[in-house]
Amino acid sequence: MYNEVVMDHFRNPRNVGEIPDADGVGEVGNPACGDIMAFYIKVKDDRIEDVKFQTFGCGAAIAVSSMVSELAKGKTLDEAMKITNKSVLEALDGLPKKKHHCSNLGADALHRAIEDYRAKQAGRQFERPEDGPEVCSCPVCDVEDPEEAPYCATACERISSK
Amino acid sequence: MAACPILPEVADAMIPFLKERFGNPSSMHSSGEQVSEAMEEARRHVAALINAKDSEIVFTSGGTEANNWALKGVVMASRAKGNHIITSSIEHFSIMHCVKTLEKQGVEVTRLPVDQFGMVDPADVKKAITPQTVLISVMHANNEVGTIQPIQEIGKIARERNILFHTDAVATAGVIPVDVDKLNVDLLSLAANPFYGPHGVGALYIRKGTRIAPLLDGGIQEQGLRAGTENILGIIGMGKAAEIAAKEMHNRIGHVLPLRDRLKKEIPEAIPEVALVGHPTERLPGNVSVVVRYVEGEAMLLFLDMEGIQIASGSACISRSLKVSHVMLAMGIDAGTAQGSLLFTLGVDNTNADVDEVLKVLPSIVQRLRDMSPLYKRSVRLKETG
Repeated sequence: MYNEVVMDHFRNPRNVGEIPDADGVGEVGNPACGDIMAFYIKVKDDRIEDVKFQTFGCGAAIAVSSMVSELAKGKTLDEAMKITNKSVLEALDGLPKKKHHCSNLGADALHRAIEDYRAKQAGRQFERPEDGPEVCSCPVCDVEDPEEAPYCATACERISSK
Repeated sequence: MAACPILPEVADAMIPFLKERFGNPSSMHSSGEQVSEAMEEARRHVAALINAKDSEIVFTSGGTEANNWALKGVVMASRAKGNHIITSSIEHFSIMHCVKTLEKQGVEVTRLPVDQFGMVDPADVKKAITPQTVLISVMHANNEVGTIQPIQEIGKIARERNILFHTDAVATAGVIPVDVDKLNVDLLSLAANPFYGPHGVGALYIRKGTRIAPLLDGGIQEQGLRAGTENILGIIGMGKAAEIAAKEMHNRIGHVLPLRDRLKKEIPEAIPEVALVGHPTERLPGNVSVVVRYVEGEAMLLFLDMEGIQIASGSACISRSLKVSHVMLAMGIDAGTAQGSLLFTLGVDNTNADVDEVLKVLPSIVQRLRDMSPLYKRSVRLKETG
């Protein structure tokens, strides 16, 4: 199901753990939707000097967290903010389609850690946005639908009513 | 601990029908007649397995077709009588989604709740019945959590009220004793693969006199109830598997029960914060279903697979729809906990050594993932600070 790059990061995830005196902490997800990712960063001279993560989730979620931590290490904060779903997917040499949402979570958690750091620097409190329910995709027609999967309310409905 | 493989004797019985005994049972020539006779023998074995009459067995493409047919066929044939069906909240997708389709077409549906063990209360069935009720459908056992339902009692209620009663017995027929008379059922779905028969073949038991419309219209195969050229290979295989299952059932149960009970007892002993899912005693003999807190099922499955242990999970991350098992949610297990589901299905090929292996590798896999999990870290901290 997963390619070798993904399996390598799943089996031997890099940078697992916590940084007790982290400069920034970011978290996404909730247990109901399947994944929770927490990122911890140490920042020096506007660069990510150290990064650690903790993840509750599937193989893809663990591999994504590991890859995001690798991509982020040593980058300037601006560079790290440019890490996207797409760049994580590319670095992992692809994920099964139904696991693509996992790659969003990794980049989001890192970005929140950076925003948390920046907020602290500015003397503000970073407020974590509420995470909505997981968006599911219909296996029949690939339409994303939070409610009706596996039979989605949109495309499949149209097909069946024809 | 993978899905049931087909028995060698079953494969051997099928092979001649792939080669020299090829013939269409509907045709007049002798090869067709021979095939027809072999099919009737298969029907006898399947009927005997559930204490039915031969003429009450109709072969289908599997459990899904049998379930769809029972529901849609009865609803279609009962239009004049009523428009209400009763089912449970833990059914297989082939009931659940079929019910949803009927509901969209205007059929009234009552979905019965289950208790923490996944059990339907017959008193709830009684309360749900209206003068419009034409069918009650409650599964015999759920393969995901193992709980065996009080089908006999529900059937009794249905019979007293003269309402048709269907049970999805895919997880039980050929696995534990199933007797259509004792269970008081009018319709019963079964499939060949849970008792080591081929995939893609099953049957619907239809009690004599039950009004049901065909799902598939066409030729007059299967007494005109199920059109389409029969899946001869599958039917022959199912018949052979049923014949063996009837003989071997007692031994098979005797083989898996101690293994099940070891896993059920020893996994929670070896790993903290693991809970058994489903009923402690009223459960399938080869089923162990647990939830492991703070970790997700797919990640555990990947590590177990590397150790050569193949099991299943009801985690959202594994399902094609990315949704947590509706069965566990209906039992009141929260979505986060259900993510840590592990499902062991034991069969004739499993041994005590397999159980030893699980108990050897699972604790370290769980610990490894818990060490990565922010939820685990938080719970440990909460406990430390009291």
